[in-house]
Amino acid sequence: MSVIEVQDISKQFGTLKAVDSLSFEVQQGDVFGFLGQNGSGKSTTIRMLLSLIHPSSGSIKLFGLPLKEHRNELLEKVGAIIERPDLYPYLTAKEHLQLFAKVRKKHITTSDINATLEKVGLSNRSTDRVQTFSLGMKQRLGIGIALVHNPSLIILDEPTNGLDPQGIADIRHLIQYLAKEEGKTVFVSSHLLSEIEQVASQILIIHKGKKVAGGATRQLLDPNKTIVHITTLNEEAALKAIKVSTFANYLLPRKDGIYFCMPQEQIPLLHKALVMADIPLLNVETKNSLEDYFLQVTSNTQ
Amino acid sequence: MWKLISVELYKIYKRPRTYIAFGAIAALIVVIQLGLKIDGESYSGFLMKDINDTLSIEGKILNGYLICYILLQLLLVHVPLLVALIAADMISGEANLGTLRLIFTTPYSRTQWVMAKFVAASTYTILLLIWLAFLALFVSIWIFGTDDLFLMKSNYVVLITEGDVMWRYVGAFVFAAFALMTVTSLGFLMSSLANNSIGPIVGTMSAIVFLTILSTLNIPLFSLIKPYLFTTHMNNWKEFFDLQVNADNEAIKGSILNIAKIKNSLIVLTLHIILFVGASVLIVKKKDILS
Amino acid sequence: MNRTPYKNTITVASKKAILLFLLCVITSTINAQANMLIEKVSQKLALVNDYTATGIMKTDVAFIKASLGKVKVYFKKPNQLKIKKEGGISLLPKGGVSVSLNSLLNTKQFVAMESGKQLFKGKELQVIKLIPTDDALDWVISTLWIDPATALVYKTFTTTKENGTYEVTMEYGAHAQYGLPSKIIFGFNTKDYKLPSGITLEFGEEEPVSKAKALKAKKGTIEITYSNYSINNGVSNTMF
Repeated sequence: MSVIEVQDISKQFGTLKAVDSLSFEVQQGDVFGFLGQNGSGKSTTIRMLLSLIHPSSGSIKLFGLPLKEHRNELLEKVGAIIERPDLYPYLTAKEHLQLFAKVRKKHITTSDINATLEKVGLSNRSTDRVQTFSLGMKQRLGIGIALVHNPSLIILDEPTNGLDPQGIADIRHLIQYLAKEEGKTVFVSSHLLSEIEQVASQILIIHKGKKVAGGATRQLLDPNKTIVHITTLNEEAALKAIKVSTFANYLLPRKDGIYFCMPQEQIPLLHKALVMADIPLLNVETKNSLEDYFLQVTSNTQ
Repeated sequence: MWKLISVELYKIYKRPRTYIAFGAIAALIVVIQLGLKIDGESYSGFLMKDINDTLSIEGKILNGYLICYILLQLLLVHVPLLVALIAADMISGEANLGTLRLIFTTPYSRTQWVMAKFVAASTYTILLLIWLAFLALFVSIWIFGTDDLFLMKSNYVVLITEGDVMWRYVGAFVFAAFALMTVTSLGFLMSSLANNSIGPIVGTMSAIVFLTILSTLNIPLFSLIKPYLFTTHMNNWKEFFDLQVNADNEAIKGSILNIAKIKNSLIVLTLHIILFVGASVLIVKKKDILS
Repeated sequence: MNRTPYKNTITVASKKAILLFLLCVITSTINAQANMLIEKVSQKLALVNDYTATGIMKTDVAFIKASLGKVKVYFKKPNQLKIKKEGGISLLPKGGVSVSLNSLLNTKQFVAMESGKQLFKGKELQVIKLIPTDDALDWVISTLWIDPATALVYKTFTTTKENGTYEVTMEYGAHAQYGLPSKIIFGFNTKDYKLPSGITLEFGEEEPVSKAKALKAKKGTIEITYSNYSINNGVSNTMF
């Protein structure tokens, strides 16, 4: 079942198109890695998933229901932290959890709250005011708030931002625990592939609000596969030829060129096939890994 | 909805800023009470210069009721500024903190949150007013005792008998609650427009100061717009302290000179509240939460 | 017959006194009658050593809005008088109380002159003018309207040195034999009343003062209707 189903959403801020016809699906139990440079539209997308930002067009469904019409009932099943862990400096960790437990439809007991504090490792600081907390502790409390009502879908926007290596590792373990032990769907965004690739089962890469690549992590990060970028004089004809061939399976959905993710030994065959289809090739460029590819995509100012 | 209101009240209760206004009011009132206790006779002597030429006045002029009236006259102009400190921060303050994201991703609509916040801010305002009433009225009565209320207005004096005063204060405080809730709702509207705390607070304060000046200036040009300014109506709690007189120029106990004026002001204030809060709800509903 | 006041008047040698002297010489026979009547009034007043009474006070001054108030009146010879509003603030004409009938007559330092008869509320009253012979007194001239048959004073009109002119009208009832009125109306001139709005903090539109109100704005009355006289039962000095 699709926990998240995004259909062709766009968001325009004045002249800036922050998100551009983005579509993707997240299945139940996935740890879905949402990758993109800072400013690529990740946060805007996540805020649209949480109804903080109204999409200019397109539709979002959570748990099979349209978000717009079923907002309140759907948000009950979602826990999220968005960007910075912003909290009330004058409240303690426990008070935060009590406060946010109160505004959930389901009854949350004190032992639920204590268990959440335990889970995020804040039991010993539960009565301290948040203004005395380090960024890492705030981030953990933010996750605690997202988890306190035991949601099925957890959305974490850049959860490792500003954390030290230990903090980053803690978050990674927590995500793994939530997915494996508690069977939750986790949607996690980052601008660093290295953080995502270890936990995510699915990856979606966006750049300038557009999807540039996506799929199962294992497939995308297959060491036997290489990213291939071909340049031709007639892209349209090339795509037409590729789509009817077996190479269509390797095609990366990108709008700014033709990219493949394919076993290295297949590259000569691709080359040959295109030549035979009378496609005037200019260049066939290979990249070593998804990391290279991601870096190239995200550093490219095209 | 009650859950949201209690959450909002809890946040107000926990904020250190909340107590600034309570402290400020207490300090102001105590200072004025002290001043009047020590030097009140010369103050009332100054006010009654004209009357003392003709009449000899006996009794406790400077009693708790008059002190309360003086305090209200002085303070009800400034309490709105203190109210703005909290009300204008209700939404924008959370936008600034970033916590608006947290509360707007709970399973309650933004309208519910905004209404809960307004109810909480109004509760705060009313508590502030009750605190003001307690200090200005009851503490003054405790310090200065009670007697008839001898009010010196611009063109005449009103002598309200002791037994006829308390209900007028109740009326005046209820009226003031409406006036301050109008300020609350204006602060709220400003708050819904911004993502930082200072802007709406300063904006609300400036608007009140500006409109108050327009309301008090007797310039014909401004007279046209005066009836539509809420600041013009905010001061009409004083109408509770004016009596009707019969043909023999005898004041009628329990009467209010111009009850229509009070009603009219209450209607104007209520319309402002509805307008401001309604606009806030619409703005917040449409808003993209980018903070 | 008290002739000494004449001498006093002459010793101060004011113009007023000389004029008065001449007047008195001319009307000496009439004055004898006037003095008799004043004496009758004084004798009547002398019956009362002290009294207390309750009363309803009504203030009618254009710039004052006050409702009826209960007052308690205390009197003790020779001329101590106190009007107290019961637990409230009282507004009384300044000096008007001290210029009571007792304080006018008790000093005996005046000349009384008959000034004809006048019809007042259906009664033919003797008009008598009193002129003080002691400059220390705070009144300049006083006119009394007295019913010769009952020796009751129905009206006084007194010009004071410092507090303007007072008109006191009296009505009598159950205690007429003591010369105590059942109703007393103080009339006096008032000054303009105006406080700047910067002090009163009133910035609303001004209430238009009606023309009728403006006309009588210079005149005020305070009216006390007495009841429950308690006469010669002793009044403590602490009351005054």
